[in-house]
Amino acid sequence: MSTEQDDVADLVQRKYQHGFVTDIDEDRVPPGLDEDVIRLISAKKREPEFLTEWRLKAYRHWLTMAEPTWAHVRYSPIDYQAISYYAAPKSNADAPQSLDEVDPKLLETYDKLGIPLHERARLAGVAVDAVFDSVSVATTFKEKLAEAGVIFCSFSEAAQNHPELVQRYLGSVVPYRDNFFAALNSAVFSDGSFVYVPPGVRCPMELSTYFRINAANTGQFERTLVVADAGSHVSYLEGCTAPMRDENQLHAAVVELVALEDAEIKYSTVQNWYPGDEEGRGGIYNFVTKRGDCRGANSKISWTQVETGSAITWKYPSCVLRGENSVGEFYSVAVANNYQQADTGTKMIHIGRNSRSTIISKGISAGHAQNAYRGLVRIMPTADDARNYTQCDSLLLGSECGAHTFPYIESRNRSARIEHEATTSKISEDQLFYCRQRGLAEEDAVNMIVNGFCREVFKELPMEFAVEAQNLLNVSLEGAVG
Amino acid sequence: METDRTPMLEIVDLHVRAGDREILNGLNLTIGAGEVHAIMGPNGSGKSTLAQVLAGRDGYDITRGQVTFLGQDILDLAPEERAQAGIFLAFQYPIEIPGVNNAYLLKAALNAQRKARGEPELDAFEFMRLIKDNMAQMQIHKDFLSRSVNTGFSGGEKKRNEILQMLTLQPRLALLDETDSGLDVDALKIVANGINSLRNPERSMILVTHYERLLELVEPDFVHVLAGGRIVKSGDRTLARELDERGYDWVQQEVQSA
Repeated sequence: MSTEQDDVADLVQRKYQHGFVTDIDEDRVPPGLDEDVIRLISAKKREPEFLTEWRLKAYRHWLTMAEPTWAHVRYSPIDYQAISYYAAPKSNADAPQSLDEVDPKLLETYDKLGIPLHERARLAGVAVDAVFDSVSVATTFKEKLAEAGVIFCSFSEAAQNHPELVQRYLGSVVPYRDNFFAALNSAVFSDGSFVYVPPGVRCPMELSTYFRINAANTGQFERTLVVADAGSHVSYLEGCTAPMRDENQLHAAVVELVALEDAEIKYSTVQNWYPGDEEGRGGIYNFVTKRGDCRGANSKISWTQVETGSAITWKYPSCVLRGENSVGEFYSVAVANNYQQADTGTKMIHIGRNSRSTIISKGISAGHAQNAYRGLVRIMPTADDARNYTQCDSLLLGSECGAHTFPYIESRNRSARIEHEATTSKISEDQLFYCRQRGLAEEDAVNMIVNGFCREVFKELPMEFAVEAQNLLNVSLEGAVG
Repeated sequence: METDRTPMLEIVDLHVRAGDREILNGLNLTIGAGEVHAIMGPNGSGKSTLAQVLAGRDGYDITRGQVTFLGQDILDLAPEERAQAGIFLAFQYPIEIPGVNNAYLLKAALNAQRKARGEPELDAFEFMRLIKDNMAQMQIHKDFLSRSVNTGFSGGEKKRNEILQMLTLQPRLALLDETDSGLDVDALKIVANGINSLRNPERSMILVTHYERLLELVEPDFVHVLAGGRIVKSGDRTLARELDERGYDWVQQEVQSA
């Protein structure tokens, strides 16, 4: 048994496959943040005035806030004046209209990541709004979506072409006052995706964004807004990888989802930010605010995420269940290896009558990693007959890692029904031996067992994403045997 | 080189400890190709340890002795290498693996073994064709394939699953660790039929068992009594019957007085 423990240390080691940097000229704002920088960003994007003002309000509010310290993570202080808040690939000052206009080096980058963009788009029927650093460089399948009346574009385009929608919904789920990182994002967000699905429309394809951080020392501040109007349906996929870096990179995104009456939004994420080296140096800090608002009756928002990356993850995709009979779901696999730290979970806020939520969280820890689940289920007095089911399972690989569970349950309505189940287990010697006795190599056996552990979450992912997620998981845990 | 004279398995002076406890204490056993050996003995005599050690289970210290399989020393081989070489252990308590379905595990195992032997891997269709008959033989329903490995199975289902795996993997040496325990008469017959269908001159088996009833259905060529960590008495089929009638005490007394 002791030999197996020793193996953990060697086997967990592997180099990040997507660690490379593309050499592209950049149009970059010098490091530092003040009102002029914010005006500059806004001007560069030719934003309407309300947006400039909103950014400034957010900035002024951010100045009054302190960085949160309650999460179960540790990192050295971030110098916000050392970050450059805007970088755009120079060769694409005016965003290209088709893939042919895209810098070939960029396409090469996607190829290295195993994302042949045009292939993928054509074969899989997926519309891709690829964000490279801060400016959208390729958008496909626009016409087909336009036919259905679906708006899927970069946030910058939306601000110019659909200002009324942006003004109506931006900040309506995550106000700029919400938290430190959300305020920062609201002030300086560079770009992101915007989706609007009109009433009664079922979006004809999965919407997908691949993005990655590329410029050294550039914080990336994505802003995503998805609005599903009454009776509509949309499935959105988000995936990302990042190149190897020596210095920590800050990533503070905000995602807002709005589901009106009878609408449904499915939001899937496979996340693979650079986690840092074996000593934990150089990984991405991922401080994200994701929230969905089930604003209308019978609306539904479902978050599915597979998290394998980042040095630090601080992320709680949440649902505000305002509408009667609204449904919130959270399916999550969070993997932490080496010196990664993850504090992630969800919040389900029940306001509407008969609202229901399901939380399935699978945490996997290996190496020296710390993996925490933090979940809040709050039942408001108005939420008669609200129901929640939470299942929170942790799997440990090796003996140096940790799993922590912080469930918060607040019920202010006696008719609520809340169930919480939690388990912590190690991959058992028995399971490993059983698989190996059948002829499977140790690593294959671990992968098989871990994938089995995550199955309930993987089956929520769209098919091709599920395969990708499994591969990612195998790569992330290569050799992590306990 | 494997010749007619090379035994399938040769165990010489095997000493095994687990922690402070010596479990096997100078065990010798030679098994020829095509032979079926039954190993019987009282609880705690080391029967299951022997099966586990042969399959390469971690957690045991092998302090002395040698085990060769088809002329190759196997004590330094990883469990999967032994499996790939053709050693199969039917577990006394088959392990549950939630979320991993039976078909997936078995196909992955078969392909890992085929790959190690330099044979092409089977695709899903070829695999299904291969196991269809085996499943019918073990009276296993097809929805079983999509269920998680041993999860929520009855004792009988687990044991039948072990034999299904054995039929599919076609090992050279099968170690069956109390495969008969916890089976009703019908299930025992199904399991015994499965085992018998694999008997051939190229394949050997070790049946670890407490009871004689399996040996009524799967007739062994040799019967050994394991006590105090070594084989204290060997005989033929009739020895099992005698043990069933008289228990183990007389064997131990015989050993002590000798």
